[in-house]
Amino acid sequence: MSAPPKSFRYVSSDRRVREDRRFVVGKGRYIGDLAAEGMLHVALVASQHPAARIISVDASRALALPGVHAVVDGAELAAAVEPLMNGLDTPHVRRYPLAVGATRYMGEWVAAVVADTRALAEDAAELVEVEYEPLPFVLDPEEAYKPDSVPVHPAHGSNVLLDRVFNWGEVDTHFADSARELSFRVVWGRNSTVPLETFGVLAQWDPWGGVLDVRASIQMPKYADQIARALRLPMNGVRVHHDVDVGGSYGVKRGIKHTVLAGYLSRKLSRPVRLIEDRLENMRSGDAHGPDRSFDISVAFNQDGVVNSMKMRALDNAGAYAGRAPFQLGKPIGAIVGPYRIKSVRYHAISVTTNKAVEEAVRGFGQSPTNYAIETMMDRVAEACGLDRVEVRRRNLVRADEFPWLIPSGTRYDSGDYHALIDKTLAHVGWDALMAERDALRAQGLLAGIGIAACLEPSGGNSSFEPLLNPKNTTTTWMESCRVNIDALGCVNVAIHTTSSGQGHETLAATAVGEALEIDPDLIRVARPDSLSSLPGNSPVGSRMAIMLGGAAFHAANKLKAKMIAIAAKRLGCAPEAASYHEGSVSFGGQTLAWQQIVEIAHRHYHELPSGFEPGLEASHIMQTPTGEALPTADGRVQMYPCHSFEFHVVLVAIDPELGKPELRRYVIGHDCGTVINPHIVKGMTLGGIAHGIGAALLEEFVYDADGQMMSQTFMDYLMPSSKEVPRVEIVHQCTPSPLTVFGQKGSGESGYLGAPAAVSGAINDATSPLGLRFEKLPIRIAALSDAVARARLQEGKQT
Amino acid sequence: MKVVLSVNGADHHIDVEPRLTLLDALRDALRLTGAHAGCEHGVCGACTVLIDGRPARACLMFAAQADGLSITTIEGLASVPGELSLLQDAFCETHAMQCGYCTPGMILSAHALLREDPAPSREKIIDAISGNICRCTGYGQIVEAIELAARRLAGANQKEGAA
Repeated sequence: MSAPPKSFRYVSSDRRVREDRRFVVGKGRYIGDLAAEGMLHVALVASQHPAARIISVDASRALALPGVHAVVDGAELAAAVEPLMNGLDTPHVRRYPLAVGATRYMGEWVAAVVADTRALAEDAAELVEVEYEPLPFVLDPEEAYKPDSVPVHPAHGSNVLLDRVFNWGEVDTHFADSARELSFRVVWGRNSTVPLETFGVLAQWDPWGGVLDVRASIQMPKYADQIARALRLPMNGVRVHHDVDVGGSYGVKRGIKHTVLAGYLSRKLSRPVRLIEDRLENMRSGDAHGPDRSFDISVAFNQDGVVNSMKMRALDNAGAYAGRAPFQLGKPIGAIVGPYRIKSVRYHAISVTTNKAVEEAVRGFGQSPTNYAIETMMDRVAEACGLDRVEVRRRNLVRADEFPWLIPSGTRYDSGDYHALIDKTLAHVGWDALMAERDALRAQGLLAGIGIAACLEPSGGNSSFEPLLNPKNTTTTWMESCRVNIDALGCVNVAIHTTSSGQGHETLAATAVGEALEIDPDLIRVARPDSLSSLPGNSPVGSRMAIMLGGAAFHAANKLKAKMIAIAAKRLGCAPEAASYHEGSVSFGGQTLAWQQIVEIAHRHYHELPSGFEPGLEASHIMQTPTGEALPTADGRVQMYPCHSFEFHVVLVAIDPELGKPELRRYVIGHDCGTVINPHIVKGMTLGGIAHGIGAALLEEFVYDADGQMMSQTFMDYLMPSSKEVPRVEIVHQCTPSPLTVFGQKGSGESGYLGAPAAVSGAINDATSPLGLRFEKLPIRIAALSDAVARARLQEGKQT
Repeated sequence: MKVVLSVNGADHHIDVEPRLTLLDALRDALRLTGAHAGCEHGVCGACTVLIDGRPARACLMFAAQADGLSITTIEGLASVPGELSLLQDAFCETHAMQCGYCTPGMILSAHALLREDPAPSREKIIDAISGNICRCTGYGQIVEAIELAARRLAGANQKEGAA
């Protein structure tokens, strides 16, 4: 591990984000912009039933249309491909890109139609006749959990994908020894990240070369591996192109079923095939919903508000197939006590199948719902003790001098100064003035409330939750790589091995390499080789790239710098350790060798190279996740993620009691993600995360009716925050470097989102508490709010 | 059917199906791919273009309806290849985007606003971009970019240091 430099040349400085130049002129290269000669298009036939046996698929009328090339159903596909990878050991929960024999949710794809144009494919899809026999179905997760429930996958025997109780510490003793105890339930509604660009993939099979070229709007670890396995190809028979701009993802762009389907169709027809979801398919059938979860919490605490122990039962509705849903109950184990010194935890994690759409990874990977539950708990404890909510948190927070801090579930928090950031944030807010403002709003007849949330962003993502929840999985690395070379004319080129969906990885890698080599990052070219030319990596998930790609780039550049110093030292007649490097030049004893001279030696003068050196200037680094080397213990303890950013939210809400519409009057966040590499990027992620969290708290939900039909299928039903719903956000910065990373950086890709739902919920509950109301389910939509307020006021009126 | 699309000052004679949207015509027939399909039902604004100077949803309009109208797409804002308009440059300065997918539509909405009101209030900026959903940024740096562009426009005819 390199010691973090004390000061930086380029890191943390106010520099432009290089990717932006192509986006502002409309020259991003998204999947919809990419076409191939002879490309065919796909439209899908979707199930109208939440559960049904497929009796027959009659494609004759569709195939009769000129320009229609194929109609493929699940029976054909299942004979030709392997089931999609299932992270858990549940071999009878088999998932294919198209329904096989039976459909398990409304919207599930039953057949794919391939035609010359997308419009023609859609026309033909309407002519495919599917005969169904409707079957019983289950939507409610508590119902699905019961042993006598209708099973979504009869061969699996029940709906239970995961049902495990973890006991970390002396829970029963701590409960028995605590003066106070309370219990409650909160529910996190089913929403998602819903990127503006839907998922799309272009698959191009070369029957002579034996290679499947894949271009996709993808953000997914092990993508090429999974394609190869499903399509029964060697992995070097799949070439994933990383130079595709992804139009937003925030976790969900993992269209493996789309890719396997398009890949199969391309091989079948020996033509390039492009499948791009329309918005309806994206929302209903794209298998990209987020956690749908209830939390039952019991907490044991003292009268002074100090929390001793917590019991949490988290029941998640995974939808019809396993997807990533169960693992999203696993990651929060790495911060199951939030930023607090809670001594013991009992965590009951349950994931069940139902006849709803499939869950995919969503920003935070289950951490934001968990933070909402924990922060609601802290508010309840404060209320029960008659104490200030901030004060209760202060009494429970890990103190700055206690790091590294080991939590009951086995993760060690790297660093932090939570009390200092809260103090700084409240000083910026003017806490007393904010309370006075709330009270003044109340005096005007408005419902007004303040919400706060303190929470962590575990970052540096590795896959520890996989071995934790599936003992057959013994993965202990989640590496990321970078290659740096200096060409014959002295220019620096950096290779990164992933697609990006707005995180600015080109800027990140160039900044880290520029910092190491002491040269202007703007002079550095960043390229994205395809997967056949790539070093191993795991894509931008789990707030990991600043730590992992930044680290790999910095280490690779330092290796290269060491080579340059050694080359120069030989010419200068000194030991490498005696030479000094400064902005690309190497000096010893009053003599200096310039960058170009060193490049000249490396590329042309083999006779001048130190013994054993290869010609040219190139270095690679494959970086292991800091701290992630051990498998979980038998009692379910594991170091989940290495780094832990901290955020503290303060929000003031005012609600017109007649309309029920909440207005966010003030929003302040204190944010500490260690050393910031690019301030613009971190700011944008934080603001964007808060906007997304406001959506989760107030607006966004995939609603199903009692018949299993999804009601929110358009942007007129699934509401996302516009510029009118998102307030101006003030950010208070603090930097507590991580001792585990090259610059002291921590993750920020999920910042804002991790605490905003909890804070907004807290504010609404504070605002409506004078009416005796409690809102215990997100989103708190205007209709629910106004109805509850109206009922309460009516009741109040009757009583007075 | 034959239509003439006047895009960024050049006339394009194309033969289209009557049901072809303006968005698909721009993207597929003219290969102007800066306008993006987001929802294709007129809510998200990713497909925004200017028609006779005013923002419009290219996904809700047929190509045939645009016959004879003056269309501006994001490709028409920069003066020459390699340059940026003042507004585009301001978007880069404040990092008013992440994934870039909403950006062309957002810039065109802001461009129309600044044409109409070179010194808009914050409320007016928020109103002008309220029909363009951005899922990445939370809008903060977008508002800052438009404010910055307005300030720079105001200073454009003044001597350096005068403002």
